[in-house]
Parts: sequence; C-alpha cells; structure tokens
Amino acid sequence: MYRIAVVGDRDSIYGFATLGMEVFPVNNAEEAKGKINKLIKDNVMVIYLTESIANEIYEEISELVLDSMVSIVPIPGLYGNTGIGLKNVKISVEKAVGTDILFSQNK
Amino acid sequence: MANVQINPTRMELTRLKKKRIMAVRGHKLLKDKRDELMKQFISMVEENKSLREKVELGIKKALEKFLLARSEMSDEYLNTALLATKQSVSLDVNIKNIMSVNVPEFNYTTRTADSNDIYSYGLAFTSFGLDDAVKSLSDVFEDMLKLAEREKACQLLAAEIEKTRRRVNALEYVVIPQTQHGIKYISMKLDENERGAQVRLMKTSATK
Repeated sequence: MYRIAVVGDRDSIYGFATLGMEVFPVNNAEEAKGKINKLIKDNVMVIYLTESIANEIYEEISELVLDSMVSIVPIPGLYGNTGIGLKNVKISVEKAVGTDILFSQNK
Repeated sequence: MANVQINPTRMELTRLKKKRIMAVRGHKLLKDKRDELMKQFISMVEENKSLREKVELGIKKALEKFLLARSEMSDEYLNTALLATKQSVSLDVNIKNIMSVNVPEFNYTTRTADSNDIYSYGLAFTSFGLDDAVKSLSDVFEDMLKLAEREKACQLLAAEIEKTRRRVNALEYVVIPQTQHGIKYISMKLDENERGAQVRLMKTSATK
C-alpha cells in the first residue's frame, strides 16, 4: 500500500490532514527538495506540492520521478500561485505535439 | 549525406536491401504507433486540463474557507482540532498499458468507511466554518487523485511520443535515404564492373 503526501507551507496544507493525507510543512524550496527526496524512497506514490515551492524546484524533482510511477502534482496554495500546474500541462502538450494546440484555441 | 564507406559487393547489396525493407516496415509501424499515441494523448490531456482547472478552483475555494475558519477561532484550538486525524488514506497502484506505455491507476482505500470521519474534532470549540472548509476540501479529494493519475499518464505519454517521433524521423530522413543511396551506389558500381568485364572480353576476343 502506498501513501499520499502533501508538501508546502503550513498554512496552505494543514487542511489536507483531515482527509487522511500526510502533510509535511516546509519553509523553503531547499527543505522541500530534501523532504521529497526522502518521501520518494519511502513508499509515497502521490506528492502534492504547493505552487509557490513547485515553481522553484519542479524541474529538478520531476527528473527524479521520470521513470517511476510516482506522481508529483502542483496544487495552488494560499499565496505565491504561479500557474505552474497549467503550465506543465501546456509543456507536455508542446513536447508531444510540437506546438500548443490546447491553449491556443482559447485566446 | 554522410559519406559511409560501402563495399560494392553483392553480399553488401543483399544486406542493404534487407535493411531497407526492415527500415520501411519499422517506419510504418512506428508511424502508426505515434498516431495512435497522439490520439490517446490528446483526449487524455484535454481531460487533464479540465480536471486541473476544476481541482485548482476547488482547492482555492477550500483554502479561502480555511482562512475564514481560522479567523473565527484561535490558533491553538485549530491546531488541536487538526492534530489527530481519524481518517487515513492509502493507495493501491495498478499498472495500465496504453500502447506499451505503462501508466498508473490509483485506487484509494480509506481507513474508516464513514465519510463523516473527516471531522476529527469535537464541535464545542470549533467554528462551523471549519466544518464547511473540511467538507469542501474532501469534495475535491477524488478529483485530486484522478488528476495525479492523469497528469502522470500525460507526462509519460508525452515522453513516449517524443521518443517515437524521433525514431520515425530518424528512419524517414536518415536510415532509409542512406540505405537507398548505398543500394544505388552498389548496383551502379556492379553494373559498371560488369560492363568493364564485357568490354575486356570483347577486346580480348577481337585481338585473337
């Protein structure tokens, strides 16, 4: 059985504990990186990460899980939202198709 | 085109011809694979996008409610209320195969079956705003998991499509033209040799 973790600033994530996810409050991106590294090795399958932190380290940590089934998902936090979640969808479309066909329609 | 040293022999010619047949077949297969992957990817990524928009909105709303709930009660009570949670979730992962790409499928099990167990606190010291906040967060929970699943699948598919596309292009623009060039070169060389031998024979028979 695998676990679900939520990593981010405390104010944004404490609510997730009520749902039964494990919350790991961190203060900065560096700390989050270390935590995620540890979590990946520790039977965690899904890691939700607040956008303010994901913005700084997403590329690094997404490389860690490139070949595994571990999913790192950026979620909005209370502050510092950058829209990196939707940006990632856009990036994967660009990677696959060569051009962005999903978002260009809306403009 | 890169100059590759080719031996103009019949053996090399048959080898190249075999290689070309294989390359053309591989090219066709990989192209089909790429098209099918793309089809799957497009439908999946559209779902991913709408799910993400939904989840982001849901979480933002829930966070606002949490913020309000926090303003209605003291920090200590809030911390104690959320300290010991009754519910816990664990994941079961199945591997699904989409065009030879392994993507995860998450099934979750909660420790207690009762959906009301998300309220891990007594009602005496907490505001009703907190209940509302917790409820709205639990409403997006299922979508959050689905999002994690879809997003991972999309990333894996995108990587596979990129890889397949490179292979298709390499076959189409490098391997196949190169072997064709080699075949042409060898057959011309062999023909030339044959003509040379013929002329030599004619010359020698004429001098007799």
